[in-house]
Parts: sequence; structure tokens; C-alpha cells
Amino acid sequence: MKRRLNFILNKNEVETSQHPGMSLLDYLRQEANLTGTKEGCKEGDCGTCTVLIGELIKDKLQYKSVNSCLLPIGDVNQKHIVTIEGLNREELTPIQTEMVDEGGTQCGFCTPGFVVSLSGYYLINDDYNTEDAIDSMNGNICRCTGYAGIKRTANKITQRLKILAKNNHSKIELLVGEKILPEYFLDVKEKLNSLILQKKSNITDDNLDFSNHFTISGGTDLMVQKWEDILKSDVSLISDKNVISGIKEENSKIIIGGATTASEIEDSPIMAKYFPEIKEYLSLFGSLPIKNTATVAGNIVNASPIADMTSIFLALNSTLTLRNSNSSREILLKDFYKGYKTLDKKENELLTLISFNIPKENSFFNYEKVSKRKYLDIASVNSSLFIDVDEDFINEVNISAGGVAPIPLYLKETGKFLSSKKISSAIIEEASEILQDEISPISDARGTAEYKRLLLRQLFYAHFIKLFPKLIVIEELV
Amino acid sequence: MKNYDSIEHVRGESLFVDDQLTPIGTLLGYVACSPIAHGRIKNIDMTKALNIKGVKAILTAKDIPGENQIGGIIKDEELLADKEVHFVGQPIAFVVADNQIIAHEAAELIEYDFEKLPVITDPRKAAEAGELIQPPRTFKLGNTDEAFAKCDFVFEGKVESGGQEHLYLETQGAFAYPVEGGGVKIFSSTQGPTAVQRVTARILGIPMHKVEVDVLRIGGGFGGKEDQASPWAALAALGAKILNKPVKLILPRQQDMKITGKRHPYSSDFKIGLNKEGEILAYEAVFYQNAGAAADLSTAVLERTLFHCTNSYFIPNVKATAYCCRTNLPPNTAFRGFGGPQGMFVIESAIAKAAEEMGMSTVEIQKKNLLDEGDEFPYGQRIEHCRIRRCFTELEKKYNLYDIKKRVDDFNSSNKMYKKGFAVMPVTFGISFTSTFMNQASALVHIYTDGSISISTAAVEMGQGVNEKIRAVAQKVFSVNSERIKIETTNTTRVANTSPTAASKAADLNGYATQKACEILLGRLKKVAAKELNIEQHNNISIQQEIIFNKDEKTDLTFDKLIQIAYFDRISLSAQAHHATPHIHFDKTKEKGQPFAYHAYGVGIVEATVDCIRGTYKIDSVKVIHDFGKSLHPVIDKGQAEGGIIQGIGWMTMEEVLYNEEGQLLTNALSTYKIPDIHFSPDDIQVHFLEDAPNPYGPFNSKAIGEPPLMYGIAAYFAIRNAMKKFKAECDIEFKAPMTPERVLLSLYQKTTVLKPAN
Ligand SMILES: Cc1cc2nc3c(=O)[nH]c(=O)nc-3n(C[C@H](O)[C@H](O)[C@H](O)COP(=O)(O)OP(=O)(O)OC[C@H]3O[C@@H](n4cnc5c(N)ncnc54)[C@H](O)[C@@H]3O)c2cc1C
Ligand code: FES
Ligand code: FES
Repeated sequence: MKRRLNFILNKNEVETSQHPGMSLLDYLRQEANLTGTKEGCKEGDCGTCTVLIGELIKDKLQYKSVNSCLLPIGDVNQKHIVTIEGLNREELTPIQTEMVDEGGTQCGFCTPGFVVSLSGYYLINDDYNTEDAIDSMNGNICRCTGYAGIKRTANKITQRLKILAKNNHSKIELLVGEKILPEYFLDVKEKLNSLILQKKSNITDDNLDFSNHFTISGGTDLMVQKWEDILKSDVSLISDKNVISGIKEENSKIIIGGATTASEIEDSPIMAKYFPEIKEYLSLFGSLPIKNTATVAGNIVNASPIADMTSIFLALNSTLTLRNSNSSREILLKDFYKGYKTLDKKENELLTLISFNIPKENSFFNYEKVSKRKYLDIASVNSSLFIDVDEDFINEVNISAGGVAPIPLYLKETGKFLSSKKISSAIIEEASEILQDEISPISDARGTAEYKRLLLRQLFYAHFIKLFPKLIVIEELV
Repeated sequence: MKNYDSIEHVRGESLFVDDQLTPIGTLLGYVACSPIAHGRIKNIDMTKALNIKGVKAILTAKDIPGENQIGGIIKDEELLADKEVHFVGQPIAFVVADNQIIAHEAAELIEYDFEKLPVITDPRKAAEAGELIQPPRTFKLGNTDEAFAKCDFVFEGKVESGGQEHLYLETQGAFAYPVEGGGVKIFSSTQGPTAVQRVTARILGIPMHKVEVDVLRIGGGFGGKEDQASPWAALAALGAKILNKPVKLILPRQQDMKITGKRHPYSSDFKIGLNKEGEILAYEAVFYQNAGAAADLSTAVLERTLFHCTNSYFIPNVKATAYCCRTNLPPNTAFRGFGGPQGMFVIESAIAKAAEEMGMSTVEIQKKNLLDEGDEFPYGQRIEHCRIRRCFTELEKKYNLYDIKKRVDDFNSSNKMYKKGFAVMPVTFGISFTSTFMNQASALVHIYTDGSISISTAAVEMGQGVNEKIRAVAQKVFSVNSERIKIETTNTTRVANTSPTAASKAADLNGYATQKACEILLGRLKKVAAKELNIEQHNNISIQQEIIFNKDEKTDLTFDKLIQIAYFDRISLSAQAHHATPHIHFDKTKEKGQPFAYHAYGVGIVEATVDCIRGTYKIDSVKVIHDFGKSLHPVIDKGQAEGGIIQGIGWMTMEEVLYNEEGQLLTNALSTYKIPDIHFSPDDIQVHFLEDAPNPYGPFNSKAIGEPPLMYGIAAYFAIRNAMKKFKAECDIEFKAPMTPERVLLSLYQKTTVLKPAN
């Protein structure tokens, strides 16, 4: 699919007909000669390539941070891209000044990424606190500074802006006034609007069929694994298709569009209503820029055994809706995986919806993940548990386990054993032995098989220790 | 004090090799590597690869016009493998193409026929098989055999420490183009421009003066670009020379991780003897260093392990032996600390073991045995200006060690699942290259007629702030505005025969050389000023804040005017100076001498909390007292400390370099090799400068800072270990770093029976 893309790059309107699967990073460095955005890994794990991307959503200009190394440029059409160069003013911005004065930069290779992430934090959010400001840089790795100077910077700027943000300014005006952003930001909305009017998007791709080419959603799996092949193939973008994003409550079900991002799930009030710890769970998923693009459907279809959103939806016994141009069908997520990276899915089918029953009053949910590094890491083992009880009596239980089999695993036998039992340390211990028969972990960079077995047992215990502290005697389990 | 480099960084305007504008027609390279760890190359078939459109050349060993040899200390490493390969990732061919994607595709299509040979990855097995890069070395003090007989307690144990990937955020790379007369000009991301020049000249078979190497700055090095930047520059230069075109080679991250060497893993044995009071009377250690497939810098690294085998302690009887073991892994190389951390981890483990067995506190044993002024190290040097006790006392006071202990105990008695631990780490680190000849540097200073000053030295800026320190030195000598002073790129044509920017020594060596060169110019300027002002005694002239003073009186003469006058007077406004560290020497035949100009000191405490159900942990705080001397730039020095500490903690905790038995790197990407992120790094990092601590051996009393703070990170291992012991006092925890969540959990539940083997 050849097409022309129009977008605003920092101050300027630009047009390109580069391959839509080219990464924005390659475009910036090779075509636009903007070398402030760096390549540190090309796999979403370092943040040196962080840029901001702004789009008009319901006439509101909204920004998010993304890893340009994984973003296909096809997805920047009619949007505003902000690189480090686009944040520069004549003088240093207060963020830049503090980074210098507080020792927030040493070799400088990571620095533009940090400045972009932190500047983005103030641009994206309405009220500020230091903890969140620091968290906005959870996708940026620095090997030199140990982060101390960067945290001091975030703290200082947040303290300064926190007070000002309370006044009822427009945020962009406030940040331009405080010299955090250059003046041209004041005109971006208008420019985008006229860009959209002038150049009606030439790409609506209603054809749901796809074969012989790549279909990219957030790209956070595909662009890592196949970026070179993508450049040699036809690609289509989920954003051009009729796959919805968003979360809604309907007839005692929660329905999630396939194109919903991890960030949307994390911030969803509906999810928060039924899963008060959803933010904590999602805090363990990738990084902010990854979550801003990674989609639920991508997570499920990629079929990695450690997929985290998949783990949660498995324990919620979710149903998937698969569609191609002429038909649609439903399948339970736990029946979707046939073997390592093999799915019950035809090539031309798209995953459009994920749905599950709204948890009832007596039901509980817990999610556990352990990785070498707590944040921005892939699980050694993860597990989710959904349980419906009458006091200590188990009515229904669904347990998933990741990293312990070729597929995201639904622990059928363990669940069967537990249902209609009473929760106690002894029962949990017995169940943990059944669990060992359901899994087949292998040794790899994320742990030895022996460790993964032990870890899953511990996480299984952790579910119950956390949800039913009164029914479990820790000493009996250790 | 402004940091000029930082200003460029925060604007994204500082350039790295891959950012520099290259001429149209620049070709890109990709390295084709050995897929196996050991074997004979029987055939290489490049037919398919050469058929790819856009491939310009595929170069192999036979295309090398000079000598196919990149070894530094020992000449045992080829640039491109000729007949045999010795590790996975060893370069065999260099593909040059229109772009990197094409070059990569072609590289994948090269077909090899190997005769496989046995693979060794374990240093002890290598030693058993006689695969030693040099004969073992032993440092001795007193007589350990006699001393052990008199000890109340003797303990033995085994200690292992893992490798560490440098993970400089800018990967290795270089850009080279041909220049007339058969030479090349290279832009390289290297800590050692002269090494690049020497290796390239050797490879191309041309004299060194035909190879100009220029380094603007590098995006992190940490030792990884001391010796190991050379091959990529040499390959780019080889391509440029043969094709007569500019060639750029930037290693993609995963390839960088796969091909390049890392911090050396060590496997060691110790034996420690103490009296009832906790005084260490005797200590023996045997170090098996995993050097990888070629010497690289391993022998020098190993030497520093021996130098630091007793860390900050005086032990009257010591015997330490070290084996440099050849294995089929990528040649391991310099990494911040340069073998010192590995040696220190062993003695700290020995002390921890003794403390546990004797029922004493580790801190008590540590404190009892700290070095005092005049104490002798096993290598014969006696310690001078020793400040380790001062740092220790200051630490106890400043951070209230007693309170920390109480807080940790209270937490542990009221928590079941979570346990806290803390550990103290004293660090005494010798400053100088241990190869005495390397302790030299030179500087070239020009003052232009408009009064602007240009300084070239051997130092490479890699984030450690050496440029600012050199600027500070020049500013102190001339007393002019810092805007006048520009620190130039590091360039082999301007400053020759440089030592690499390493060993924490760049600011010392180049700072002194700069001081000397600036003083030469200042001397000339004073004479000019004296003549101009009709003053006999030019010694009475000084410059203060841009103005020329006579005695302490201001004159009308400004720096600008003075430069003009000097120029028209035909006085040279350029000076070059050389500095060599005085009074250092080391005799390898006796293993005794005075290798270090001085020592750096400090003490740190690390606190950690372990989740004993999940095996995960959090580093709560790091608190340090460090002797910075009289800092030339406190923001930079503090940053070096903070960054080093976190890197050290990373090495001890989550950073795990894993190879399988076939020598394949399993942790070959940022998704599998984890370094501390913004959340892992504790919010509570306090670095306190030891007060009133001028260093007589550093420029303007400053002190080296690059490496020593890394070793505070060792306390993280012991803090976690101590917390684990609070959960299960009886659990037997190996002295094995990194202490990954996996090791924590497996150690806590080692007696678990439910585990079934994988089917
Ligand atoms: C740095 C980093 C960190 C990560 N951390 C985590 C983590 O903590 N936990 C975790 O689980 N994952 C993690 N991932 C993996 C990845 O982000 C997730 O799996 C993500 O949800 C994939 O979604 P995507 O939209 O980016 O998928 P894409 O890469 O766009 O696509 C993945 C696959 O799904 C297919 N696909 C996408 N959408 C549809 C659809 N609607 N219908 C049919 N097929 C579709 C694509 O064709 C492709 O085969 C991480 C990735 C990176 C790079
Ligand atoms: S280059 Fe590392 S995240 Fe994009
Ligand atoms: S400053 Fe070097 S990586 Fe952050």
C-alpha cells in the first residue's frame, strides 16, 4: 500500500511517501536529519528514541510519548510529532537547565529521551506530582547517572509547576509561559485542523481481509521482531481498519475493543471500578511509551507465553470476537492457543473484541508477576487468579500461568481441584502440587525450569496470602 | 560552574558518531560473525550473499593488506578469523553495502563449513586443561602457613561473580574515509584513539602517521571502548581503503552485546584466619578469571584483582594467586573497577562468612581490620594519607549506623513476609595505570589572536566530565572567563601516543599536562606584560579575572590586549606539555613496588528489603562518605559517584550475563539483560563529600573519581543476603553474584520437595 503521509514535524508541515512500515526513528534520523532522537536498541527497551505524538481527538489536542523505533510512520498521518529539537527554545528550558545543574546528564546519549519524556509529562497531565513525573521516565534507561540527578530535576520542576497548574490556564499556554515549551505549540491545534481539512485522509482501508502481508497494530511486538521484513512487504495498519478501541460495560459484560491500548486499560474508570488494583497490575507492563501503543489484540495474537494482559483475560475467562470481511465468530480465550505461537485463527481474521463477565460481589481477582527487574521487563512467571467464594468456600476459580508452558496457560486441573473446596493452607499446598503437573517450563534467559516451577508455586500462594490473609497461615507454606 | 557538554546534550545537539553528517555515497557495513564457539573454518561460501543487489564487497582475512592482528598486550587476536574461530560472534567477514539492511541480509546469506572443536566456557575447566593466557601470578606478604596455624578461626569458601555488559547507550561504531596518500581518517567511538590508530595502521600495513583518529565524545564507555572499539574502526577503515569510499559501521545493539567482551566473571576460593577478637591474621585467595578467547586486557585486569584482594584491610599474611583462563567466550575486557571489584567481593565474602560463623557482626570485623597510615599492601606499597578510618567514623556518625541497625531489627521483628538487611562497604582503590608506562599524557594549548583558547589533550569525553575538569584547570591557571576556553576533540594528529581514557586517570594525567602547558604560556604572557608595563619583575605579574595585575594592583591591561601585544611581539601563543606521574614503579618479577600515585577512599551503606514469598527485593537506600579530594567540579564528581554506585548495584543484583554450554549468549538484548531503571535506583541516594581532604597528588588537590564508587554496590549483595538470613537463619546462601530474584528464591526454598523435573 503506497500512500502519502502528511504531518507536522515539530514546527513544520511535512509530507512523505516513505514505506508506511518504516520506523519513525529511521525517518527522523535518515530522512529528516533530526539526530537528537537516538537509536539505543531499536526494540523499545531504552527510550533514547522517545518522541511525543499529538493528535486531535474530539477537537482536543492530546499528546502521548512513544518509542519512535517501533512506530510505523504510517501511524503519524495527520498528527504532530515532537522531537527534542522541537522542544528547544533559544535559551534552555527550565527542564534542560535543571538537568544540567543537577547532574541529570553525563554522556548525553540518553538525555534527549529523558527531556522529551519529562516535558511530555507536563504537557499530557493536568496536575502534577513528583512520583508521577519520575514514573513518566520509566521507559528511559540511563547507564551513566544512576538517575539521581534526573529525579532531582523532576522534583524541582514539579514543585514549581504544581502550584501554577492549579490556576485555570490552558496547559499549553501555561507551559509556553513558563518556557517549558516553545511558542509554536500555541498554533499546533489550528495547523493540524487545517491539515486535516486540506488533506482528507486518503487512506481508509475497509477491507478486513489481509494475507501475505503484515498487519501492524501498536507494533511493539511486530516492529521488534520483523522490522527488516516489514520494509520489504506490504503492510496494513490496524489504525486504518474497523477495529475499535475503548472499554465499555454492557449487559453484565465488559467489552474491550481489540485496538485498546494498555494505557487505556490502565486508565479506564470501568476497569478501576471492578479491579481496584488495575493500575498496579499495568504498572508492571512495559513502559509508558510501550503501553501508549501496545494493544490488547496484539498481546493476545502475538501469543507469547508470558503475555501479561492475556494472563489477566485468561483468568477472567474472556471471549474473543474474530472477524473477517464476511463473517464473525466467538471463541473462548482459553481455547485460542493450540501450541507454541499457533492459534485457532484464520490468517484473514482480525481480533476485534475481548469480553468477559463483570465480576460479582463475592468474587476476587489478583495478578502476580515476577521478573528480574520489577518494571519494564518480561515476566519470568506471571499468574492471575479469579475466584468466587462464599466465605471460605470456593464456588468458581480460574487461574492462568505464564512463562511455564509454550502458551499462555489456563490451569484447568488446578481450578477443577479447587472448586467446591474450602480455602486453607493445606488445600492450597495440595493444589500447588497439581499445578506442577500442568506446567512444563523450560530454562532460558528468564530463569531455569526449576526456578519457574518454584516461582509459580510461590505466586500461586501469593494469590491466596494476599486475598485471604485470614484463611492462610504463612508459616505453613514456607 | 557551567558544564558546556551538558548544554549540548539536553538540547539533543551533541553529536555522536552516527549523528555526524556523512558524504553522499557513504557505504554501510555489517559484521558477519561466527555462529559457533570453536572450530576450524573449512569453507566460506559467499555466492548468495554477493548476489544481493547493493552489496559492494565482502571482505575476509585474505583481504587484509597488513597484519591480521588486533591484540594489544598480547598479539593473539585476529581482526577477521582466518583459519579458526574461538567464540560465538567472532568476526569472520565484513560486508559493505549501500545500506545496513542490505549488508545485514547479505551477512545472513554467507554459508560456512566448520569442523567443530570442543568448547570450554568455565574458567576452572580451562585452568585444568592448561588453557592459560599467562603463567599464574602470586602476591605474597608474610607467611600464611605459619599464620593460619596460630589463628583461632579459619574458614574456607568459594565465591563467584558474574560478568557485566557495559551497555554504553551508544553502541560501538566508527566512520572512516580515505585520504590522499593512501591514508584514512577515522571518527571513532573509542576511549583509546591511539589504540584505534595503532591497530588500523597494522591492519592496513601503513605507518601510524597515515591514520588520523578523531573522537568528539562517546556515549558511554565504562571500559568497553578502551580496547574493543578498535576492531570496528579498523574494519570501517579497511572498507574505506579497499573501496576508496567512506564507510560507516555502527553495531546494532544485539550484535554489540553478542560480539563484545564484558566484565570478567571470576570463580575464586578463599581461606581466612582470624583470632577471637576478629583480627584477620591470614588470608589466601585463588582467582580463576574467565578471560574469554583472547588476552585483550585480561592480564592487566587480573593484576588489579591481586592489587585489591585485601580491599581496605591490613592483613599481615597474604597469599593471592591468579589464573588468566582462556575460554570460548568473547574476550572479556576493561570494565569500571578493572578487576578490583571482583577481588573485593571475595574478601568481603570471606569476612561475611567469618562473621556468620563466629557470631560477630560483619561491621565489627571490617572496622577492626581497616588500614592505618603506613600499613603495607601485599604488593609492597605502604599506604600514605590513609583516610579509610576517617571515612568509616564519619559514616557511622553522619548516617547513624546504630539507628539504621535498630530500624532494620524493628522492621524484621514485626514483618513476616518482608525482611530488611543492610551492609557496609569500605573501598580503598589504587589510582594509576598499573602498567607504569601508561601514566603519561600531553596537552596542546593554543591561544588565538582574539584571545580564545583551544585545548587538546589525550582525554576522551564520555560523560565523566573530563572536558569540564580540563577547562577548570586552564581557567584556574589563566584566570579568564570559561567561555574563552574550548576543549577540542581528541585527535591523534594533534596529541600523539596517548594512553586510553581509563583507570580513573584522565583528569589527573591530562589535567596536569594542561596545567603545565598553560603555565608555559602564562610565563610567556607575564614577560610580555612586564615588558609592556615596564616592570622588571615579571614574577609580580598575575592575571585575575581577565585583568592583568602588578603585585596586587590592577593595571589597564586586559587579557585580550595582552594577547594582541604578544602576537605582534612574535611570542608563541602555543604550548605543548607532557606529564608523567612521578615516583611510581612496579617490579613484576618480585611482584612488589609502588604502583599507585595514591588511593581513593570511602565507605557506603546499602539497605534492602526482600519479599521472601516472591524472592524479589528493593534497594531502599545508599549512603556514602567519599573522599573526593578538593573537587574540581562537585556536580560532576557527585554524578560519577551516583552513577558508579548504581552500576555496581546492578552488577550485584539483576545484571546477569548468561551463556549456554555452547557459548551462545542468552542475554543478548535489552529485553533479557536488565540494568537498573529509574525505579530500581533508590530514591534515597546520599553522597557526602569527606570534608577538608585535599589530595596532594591531583591537579589543584583534586582526586580521581571514575571507578571507586562502583564498589559500594557490593554492599547490595550483602544487604540482600542479610535480609534473607532474617527470614531463614539456617538457609545456606552461596557467595554467588548477581543475587537475582531467582537466586534469592532458590536459596530461600532450597529444601522444597514439590519441584518436579521438566518433562
Ligand atoms: C519494550 C517492550 C516491553 C514489553 N513489555 C511487555 C510486558 O510487560 N508484558 C507483555 O505482555 N508484553 C510486553 N511487550 C510485548 C508487546 O508490547 C505486547 O505484546 C503488546 O500488547 C503487543 O501489541 P501491539 O499492538 O504492539 O502488537 P503488534 O506488534 O502490532 O502485533 C502483534 C501481533 O498481533 C497481530 N495483531 C495485532 N492486532 C491484531 C488484531 N486486531 N487482530 C489480529 N491480529 C492482530 C499482529 O499482526 C502481530 O502478529 C513488550 C514489548 C516491548 C517492545
Ligand atoms: S531505540 Fe531503544 S527504545 Fe527505541
Ligand atoms: S547520560 Fe549516559 S546514558 Fe544517560
